[in-house]
Amino acid sequence: MSEARSRIFGRVRAALDEAAPEEREDDAQLDARIAAHERGIRPERVDLDPPALVDLFVDQATKVNATVDRLADASAIPDALARYLASENLPAAFRMAPHPDLEALPWAERPALEIKTGSSDGADVVGLSRALSAAAETGSVMLCSGPDSPVTLNFLPETHVIVLRADEVGGTYEECWDVLRAKLGVGAMPRAVTFVTGPSRTGDIEQTIYLGAHGPRRLHILLVDAA
Amino acid sequence: MDPTSHQFKENAKQALSNDNLQSALAQMKVGFVERRREAAEKIPEFDRLRDQARDLKNHTLANLDRYLERYERKAIEAGAHVHWAETAAEARKIILDICRQKQAKLVTKGKSMIAEEIALNEALEADGISRVETDLGEYIVQLRNEPPSHIIAPAVHVLREEVEEAFREEHTHLDDARRLSEPSDLLNEARAILREKYSEADVGITGANFLIAETGSSVIVTNEGNGDLTQTLAKTHIVIASIEKVVPTLEDASSILRVLARSATGQEFTAYTTFTTGPRRPEDTDGPEDYHVVILDNGRSDLLGTEFQDALRCIRCGACMNHCPVYHAVGGHSYGWVYPGPIGSVLTPTFLGVAEAGHLPNASTFCGRCEDVCPMRIPLPKMMRHYRQEEFDKGLAPPAARFGLDLWRFAATKPRLYRLGTRVASWAMRLAARGGSLRKAPLASGWTDHRDMAAPTGASFQDQWSARGGRRRPSAR
Ligand code: SF4
Repeated sequence: MSEARSRIFGRVRAALDEAAPEEREDDAQLDARIAAHERGIRPERVDLDPPALVDLFVDQATKVNATVDRLADASAIPDALARYLASENLPAAFRMAPHPDLEALPWAERPALEIKTGSSDGADVVGLSRALSAAAETGSVMLCSGPDSPVTLNFLPETHVIVLRADEVGGTYEECWDVLRAKLGVGAMPRAVTFVTGPSRTGDIEQTIYLGAHGPRRLHILLVDAA
Repeated sequence: MDPTSHQFKENAKQALSNDNLQSALAQMKVGFVERRREAAEKIPEFDRLRDQARDLKNHTLANLDRYLERYERKAIEAGAHVHWAETAAEARKIILDICRQKQAKLVTKGKSMIAEEIALNEALEADGISRVETDLGEYIVQLRNEPPSHIIAPAVHVLREEVEEAFREEHTHLDDARRLSEPSDLLNEARAILREKYSEADVGITGANFLIAETGSSVIVTNEGNGDLTQTLAKTHIVIASIEKVVPTLEDASSILRVLARSATGQEFTAYTTFTTGPRRPEDTDGPEDYHVVILDNGRSDLLGTEFQDALRCIRCGACMNHCPVYHAVGGHSYGWVYPGPIGSVLTPTFLGVAEAGHLPNASTFCGRCEDVCPMRIPLPKMMRHYRQEEFDKGLAPPAARFGLDLWRFAATKPRLYRLGTRVASWAMRLAARGGSLRKAPLASGWTDHRDMAAPTGASFQDQWSARGGRRRPSAR
């Protein structure tokens, strides 16, 4: 198929060189444009100080049917999760991402919680994952795949619980990309990066939105204030 | 799917007399329009974001070759297999070869308009490969053996009762007496059935909303999560994209994403926006072992440098059809090919030629609403006018050159009158065609109880479509 490739490129090149030579840029210019990661227009609604930005995130996430529980510190997570599961009439069991932050939590204080870790096999009712960042502009949480963050956990369980720290909440998607680049280096990507904005939904039956299509029916965010 | 664009006028007449379709369209024309307006009003910079998206895409198209090279290099670095297809036939062959090599028996598919464009479903089935559509709307139209009628809402023409009917016909292993009267019943049933398919699949096929030159990533946006399950759980993931999907950076994709969902469904952001880069990494515990990307030209490069280059900015949001009075009147199937509505009227003649699809640009009132709402500011009416001129020049103009306008006036002023006269025939014909019984036709029963019904004469649009090989056999069982 490399013949197809060269013919496609040949046609594209010929058409563009002829039609708009003045808009053509050379390799160095385009590489520089990519490397600059120039940001576009920043939505006004995120021009807020950090506490107000977190409030905006909560607001936006709630509008798309996520639930948010704000916790003073991480040690409150096992308790909060147990309470949430009980309030939703869910079994006291979940599958947890093997993430160091999650594994370090004081689960022993809640011995009744049955915890499995790793990828989901589809039988798990509840999945618990750890976010990398979040964009307040639309209440979107950024999840990055990796050995400590299986993708199946984000989509197979009917209830998806995400742990996010308040100081990880940024204004825009672009701020999330910066966090990722700082972690992995420029140009490197995990296999899958997903912005999750509310639970799964469909509008395919008479254009009315129903929650819980193929992915989770519930999205619950445990938002931890202190580091 | 064989096009029926040349008989748009006949298709449209059938559509006007199809009561179910008219009820479905009546719902969509209010919903989509309101929601998009509300979403646009929520952010003061919406129109500036549209200008920016247009400029960004213009820059990318002007340097398309170099951005594609960069994308390809990064994707291969990440472990992707990148394939190039000049034509639909080449793309089908590449995908079938991968499926054969993997000895694939079951393919799961996320929504992809390019898959429709290359008639992939028919090719898979001809090869004996079962296919399951995982997007709920696509699943519904698969069960009904019809093509999608809208680029983001494939089953927008289908009423809830008709979904129930399709489910009962197809899911015969389930209890007949089960309740399916609530949309949530239907949703749960589809969810349970598709659940098993994701991990059973040998190959998962998705489209792509963007390709990122900077990182070699492909991007999909879905609300249901079906696309993510499709591409995560199958052993092999194949992405089908076209050459104009590339954008330079993650920032650029983010900028365009800000106008995509707002224009499409009126959401601020889609539930799942996923950037995929290569196959499962050695240390990963899930994800596909192989990741292929098939990049299709299929005539797009011929549009570069012409008055139609701007159409390559299209991000397939569907806003133009959601706001089109002609689409509202006749629905997507009338356009007779993959892309309906104003963007379809522009693209279809470029793909199929003016002789097949030259009538479509006449299916316009030239009201300009499509251009007013297009997030990429594509001058759709100007392009349609260009084709009309071309059609006139070639002597192909239909008798009523302003047919679209006539049709819309007609539908707007006296739809009930017209439809009443044809209701019984259209119901009977549809039921006969689908092997149903008249007992399921409440609207017709008043007639059938008391009168002999004349056998319907002339084929419905569905029948004509079927006769031309447009209706597909399902393989989902
Ligand atoms: S032409 Fe514009 S409005 Fe229509 S689908 Fe494409 S981007 Fe959306």
